[in-house]
Amino acid sequence: MTAAIDVRSVVKRYGSFEALRGVSLSIAQGEFFGLLGPNGAGKTTLISIIAGLGRPDSGEVSVMGHEVTGDFRAARRALGVVPQELVFDPFFTVRETLRITSGYYGIRRNDAWIDEILAHLDLTEKADANMRALSGGMKRRVLVAQALVHRPPVIVLDEPTAGVDVELRQTLWQFIRRLNRDGHTIVLTTHYLEEAQELCGRIAMLKQGQIVALDDTRALLGRFPGGRLHLGLSGAPLPQMLEPLRLDDASAPDSLAGPVRRATLRIDDYAAIEGILATLREAGCRIEDMELQRADLEDVFVHIMRDNR
Amino acid sequence: MMSERFSAAGFATLFYKELLRFAKVSFQTIASPVITSMLYLLIFGHVLEDRVQVFENVSYTSFLIPGLVMMSVLQNAFANSSSSLIQSKITGNIVFVLLPPLSHFEIYAAYVLAAMVRGMVVGLGVFVITAWFADLSFAAPGWILLFALLGSAILGTMGLIGGIWADKFDQIAAFQNFIVMPLTFLAGVFYSVKSLPGFWQAVSHLNPFFYMVDGFRYGFFGVSDVPPLASLAIVVVTLLAVSTLALHLLRTGYKLRH
Repeated sequence: MTAAIDVRSVVKRYGSFEALRGVSLSIAQGEFFGLLGPNGAGKTTLISIIAGLGRPDSGEVSVMGHEVTGDFRAARRALGVVPQELVFDPFFTVRETLRITSGYYGIRRNDAWIDEILAHLDLTEKADANMRALSGGMKRRVLVAQALVHRPPVIVLDEPTAGVDVELRQTLWQFIRRLNRDGHTIVLTTHYLEEAQELCGRIAMLKQGQIVALDDTRALLGRFPGGRLHLGLSGAPLPQMLEPLRLDDASAPDSLAGPVRRATLRIDDYAAIEGILATLREAGCRIEDMELQRADLEDVFVHIMRDNR
Repeated sequence: MMSERFSAAGFATLFYKELLRFAKVSFQTIASPVITSMLYLLIFGHVLEDRVQVFENVSYTSFLIPGLVMMSVLQNAFANSSSSLIQSKITGNIVFVLLPPLSHFEIYAAYVLAAMVRGMVVGLGVFVITAWFADLSFAAPGWILLFALLGSAILGTMGLIGGIWADKFDQIAAFQNFIVMPLTFLAGVFYSVKSLPGFWQAVSHLNPFFYMVDGFRYGFFGVSDVPPLASLAIVVVTLLAVSTLALHLLRTGYKLRH
């Protein structure tokens, strides 16, 4: 089957800075795909090239089998993009904005679908409001609606939940999940790794313009079988030999708060737990509380980024 | 699969969007320039009416009106495409035009045609208001329309080029104030270039705006500084030149697609 998005050896330079260094990637139809990476990794550059907003110095990109520069009309019709920046045209109402966007894609009299999108995104009441009068979250919803107005089979969301409230996130993900179930391919970039872990079936991690990991989300999580061991200790202080494993306590569960000393240790393998407990016992530490947290995507992300320095 | 050659719906939508944009702020985009031109006429016409005679049997006020109308057409055509593009670039909503399947020619045609409409609407407004102040003749109405259309197309295209080139409002203001405004004022809007010293007459003949104004004025009085066919040829060549440049910039994505 034709790939939803096919990226082949794409290189993009800005002067002497190489934003993308030979990126190759194929996203199958119907996937919910995550594109992750730290700021400046090249995620938005790659999305811009897929969307035709940027042009690669070398390499090729196609959407649903249509080359994005040579067969740009078919490629762009197949693609809906929610840009990262909260942009809007201040001259128009929500409905005018959507009708205009629809017309750009050659679709006139699209009001039935526009009404459906507005309803799904809780925008019906704002249909006749000027874009300037909307809150940031509402503007974000309109951007999503604009990306969907021509019913594209492939939808790219570039950090769609940056700075939006929990309610919108839930509404948005419900809708996007439904679109994915209906067969739409979804490509997501986000800094919220728990979102990516929950939603994406496959993930690519970019660093300094290169793909450093590309795998099923489960397989990525399985690469690092360890996790975090949250401890509540009394008695002797944490032994020196365990200090190198100590992590920032921010993710410790609230149940460990109180007079006990808190310590969170990184464990790369569950087998290491036995040794840790023995060391604590020998040092005279009493374990008041203990909780094991499996590795999540954030741990995997940190590992991979650290390993690819 | 080959792409379709021209998306009529895409073009028509962008054209409509551009019309709607200036119609929504019509006080600023239409009424203001009409009033400004009327003030020009009242002041210059009143001061110079008895002192300047350019063509035989044509009062200075009558001479001035076509110049003012054409100046309004040109300046507003430029203002429309340039301001629309620079606003879209700075606010970032230019992506709404760049993401859809619009070709460079469709983008060019929509922006320029909308600029022409704005120029023609303002020009008509200026004409309707100022025509009360003098007797005007219409020696060759076809030439009036032809030069107004061509002139507005040239300036609409120049506005498109300026909007693509500029990265900030300051730069588009410089484009307008240091290129468009001097070329318009030195095009014989307020005088006949024959009243200038020889050197400045020669310089004026290098200014394509002069031919737009002169040809336009010929349509009213049947008299001009340069034969109208020569003006027409120069104006058409100018339009072709600026259009070629604008289409090249759009096709290569200069400052639009990075």
